[in-house]
Amino acid sequence: MDSFQQTLFKLKNYWSERGCIIQEPYDMEVGAGTMCPETFLRVTGPKPYKVAYVQPSRRPADGRYGENPNRLYKHQQLQVILKPSPSNILDLYLKSLEAIGIDLGKHDIKFEEDNWESPTLGAWGIGWQVMLDGMEITQFTYFQQCGGVDLDLVPAEITYGLERLVAFLQGKESVYEIEWTPGVSYGDVRLADELQNSVYNFEVADVETLWQLFAIYERECQRLVGMYPKYVPKERFPLLSAYDYVLKCSNTFNLLDARGAISVTERVGVIARVRKLAVGVAQAWLDQNTPEHAEAAAE
Amino acid sequence: MSERFLLEIGVEEVPDWMIEPALEHMRQLFTEVLADNNLGGTVDSVDATPRRLVLRASGIAEAQADETKAISGPPVSSGPGAVQGFAKKMGVSLDALQKAQTPKGEYWSYSKKVEGRKSIEVLAEALPVLIPKISFPKTMYWTGKGGVRFIRPIRWIVALLGNEVIPFELAGVKSGRTTSGHRLLGKPEVEVTIDTFADQLHTNGVVLSAKQRRAMIESGLGPNVHPDEALLQTLVYLTEYPSTIHGSFDRKYLELPREILSTVMRHHQRYFSVNVGGDNLAPEFVAVMNTSADPDGLVRLGNERVLRARFNDARFFWDIDLRRNLADRLEDLKNVTFQAKLGSYFEKTERVVLLAKQIAEAVGASRVMCGRAAQLAKCDLTTEMVKELTELQGIVGGLYAREQGESAEIWRAVYEHYKPVSMEDSIPSTVTGQVVALADKCDTLRGCFEIGLMPTGSRDPFALRRAGQGVVKILVEGGLRLKLSDLVGDNPQLREFLLDRAKYYFRDVRGFKYDEVNAVLTPRTEDLGDVEARLQAIRQVRPTENFEPLAASFKRIANILRQAQFTGAGTIDVSVLEPGPELDLHREFLRTSDVVFSHRKARNYDAALEAIGSLRPKVDLFFDKVLVNAPEERVRQNRLLLLSSLLTEFSAIADFSEIVTTN
Repeated sequence: MDSFQQTLFKLKNYWSERGCIIQEPYDMEVGAGTMCPETFLRVTGPKPYKVAYVQPSRRPADGRYGENPNRLYKHQQLQVILKPSPSNILDLYLKSLEAIGIDLGKHDIKFEEDNWESPTLGAWGIGWQVMLDGMEITQFTYFQQCGGVDLDLVPAEITYGLERLVAFLQGKESVYEIEWTPGVSYGDVRLADELQNSVYNFEVADVETLWQLFAIYERECQRLVGMYPKYVPKERFPLLSAYDYVLKCSNTFNLLDARGAISVTERVGVIARVRKLAVGVAQAWLDQNTPEHAEAAAE
Repeated sequence: MSERFLLEIGVEEVPDWMIEPALEHMRQLFTEVLADNNLGGTVDSVDATPRRLVLRASGIAEAQADETKAISGPPVSSGPGAVQGFAKKMGVSLDALQKAQTPKGEYWSYSKKVEGRKSIEVLAEALPVLIPKISFPKTMYWTGKGGVRFIRPIRWIVALLGNEVIPFELAGVKSGRTTSGHRLLGKPEVEVTIDTFADQLHTNGVVLSAKQRRAMIESGLGPNVHPDEALLQTLVYLTEYPSTIHGSFDRKYLELPREILSTVMRHHQRYFSVNVGGDNLAPEFVAVMNTSADPDGLVRLGNERVLRARFNDARFFWDIDLRRNLADRLEDLKNVTFQAKLGSYFEKTERVVLLAKQIAEAVGASRVMCGRAAQLAKCDLTTEMVKELTELQGIVGGLYAREQGESAEIWRAVYEHYKPVSMEDSIPSTVTGQVVALADKCDTLRGCFEIGLMPTGSRDPFALRRAGQGVVKILVEGGLRLKLSDLVGDNPQLREFLLDRAKYYFRDVRGFKYDEVNAVLTPRTEDLGDVEARLQAIRQVRPTENFEPLAASFKRIANILRQAQFTGAGTIDVSVLEPGPELDLHREFLRTSDVVFSHRKARNYDAALEAIGSLRPKVDLFFDKVLVNAPEERVRQNRLLLLSSLLTEFSAIADFSEIVTTN
């Protein structure tokens, strides 16, 4: 039986051998690996790219004080982007499962329709959830549009839910019982993180402060997006920094939401604010990466 | 010699629910290709698994028949240069040309022999055009911007005419004779012929026929499985080689209501649930795998483990939700938007409570019970269970109300207040449930119509058609005697919308004839619950000898009145009536209207209609002997008044002039 980290090594190694850059996690709070610039921004434009990285993904409202065997405040995703997607992509994916010790001949695999969509960002993709013996272990998406524009190359995004996958491999009922490395359990490593952040997110976080932070991040992002149109030369403009503020806003929103500080009625409005920022950055990013600007950057 | 044909489009997994419509479209497109190109032949079958769409045909000609085409040249009257030019262009000498007489004069003409093309060439051009035309609800591209669109990436194509490959390329895939087996059970590349195709697929773990896959699943379900046709159909198209596994779960989960357990199994895990002793749930399930066997029992263990985790979640939600009283959640609804302009669910609830009480009073139900049930109806929207299992909204509220000691009348009304969810679904089983369901739906309809959110074309985001259908169904099947105008308020558009739904219901769901429905449901109809009784009466009386002729006479009367632009009212002046057929008709009219009135009052509509029918001989005689357009104005007006009274009096049950008569 492989430990949690051995399984991770094997997956990273597998994708490394297939030409992927192995990135480290993005150093900011995100709700999903898709939101990292390595995915969200890189999928646009005509340049091929292959990357794989583990991304700890924070979903404050999913926290359960470490008491629920399957739900986590922060879970880890292995995110793989192959741009453009090769024609044998699903075989490659299935072989990655074999590489971590799943004997496919003894299991049941189904690909069930599951599309990804972020309507206000004009971003969507088509794909499946991959079911292994009735358990969803992977999200698979072919990205189609970003900012309402067809992507030049169609990337395949593979997102493995690592805790579930390893709990399955190790036959554990609870993710906390997963063996991280011999003698050390997932709970040993992460339980305090789950407990304390659940307490913070649900009970202790100061709503006033969070609203202020949200407003500050939003303002800084708006300032940057507003500067972009007149800025020359375009390739120097810090859009990646602006995007970081989008991520900060998004995480602060999630914290406020978990804290119960946002009524369902207000929710729509706050989400719209975050999306407005994201759309602004994404549109500027598409412009910055039009061929003429991109060439200038390459010189 | 004629040939057989095979097309297999190999794709990545197609969503199950899109497959059958796509197959029918493919059949239609290919039939058109055969006809348009004079290739003969017929489509024998269309089949699919999630990874392949297959069409088989036979009787296709090897080549199109040769044809002779007349090509028209210059007029004979034009000079020799022109005709020589034409002959040169046709590549023939002058003596191969004929003269042809046309309406415009005499023209040179050349009968060109066109050799029929080989079918394989025609198909090689047609197929790459046909395939992307197969329509799907949502398509994608995968080869790069501007590339071919299809439901999922195409990975191989088998295209054979007899033994020959029909050569073409689509989205970078070259057609050939190589298929691909089941992802786990078969070889990735298998060379096939038309004869061996299905067998070779079978050897490679693919059962091509949906019917056969269905039979495989059914034979493995076991006798006590809760029947579920929609789930079965889904699983047929989620698998290439289905087989069943029987799993179990701990009895302790049976403490949870069966609605919750079976929703988790069905919607979230696609399992069949198992009944025991009639309607009770057994601690078992049947899952369908996309593979032939579970040699080490790992698949069963895996599925049991997943289900355990799901049930644990459900139990967690059940327990924490029950810590709060359902009624206490009413306040929370202030924060749940119903619709931006229509306010929160709290406000909706206030409106629905009021309306439910009014309806209760009108139908003689308990105001208190209906009000209470309406108040609780939406309170489950903020429960964890509904957040997780949205399809259980209403039902969950009902279950919590039951646990917390609400009376059966009330919790059942909450439980059933979304019913009927379709035309096939039943209406709430109690009058309290019917009242609450009606109030909830009418409030949604009124509100949305008020702010201009009527359904248009295929767009109906608030499911108003379903709500309207539900209103009609509850009124009719619940036998609730309510005035439509009391329900819809004074919105004429909503009234028309509901009458439209009612027409659909009586015609398409209940099978009443088109003209009968038009006769009974008029723009002035107020009592939908009464419509059915009238329709039944017409259905019964229609075959009798007097009915249709009388309907024809009524139509005639309506026409006469319209032509005379008669709008008069008043009382018939008996002294002006001419003795004989006219006076007889009047006497009969008075006698009959008394009879009809008392029958109508007793809602004895067939007797009323029969009585109206008995007027026929007098009406016939009247039209036979009496001139309506009498020269004397006073007489004429009086006659028109007699006819108009007749029409008005006897149209109260149905507008007979709408009945389409055969002669």
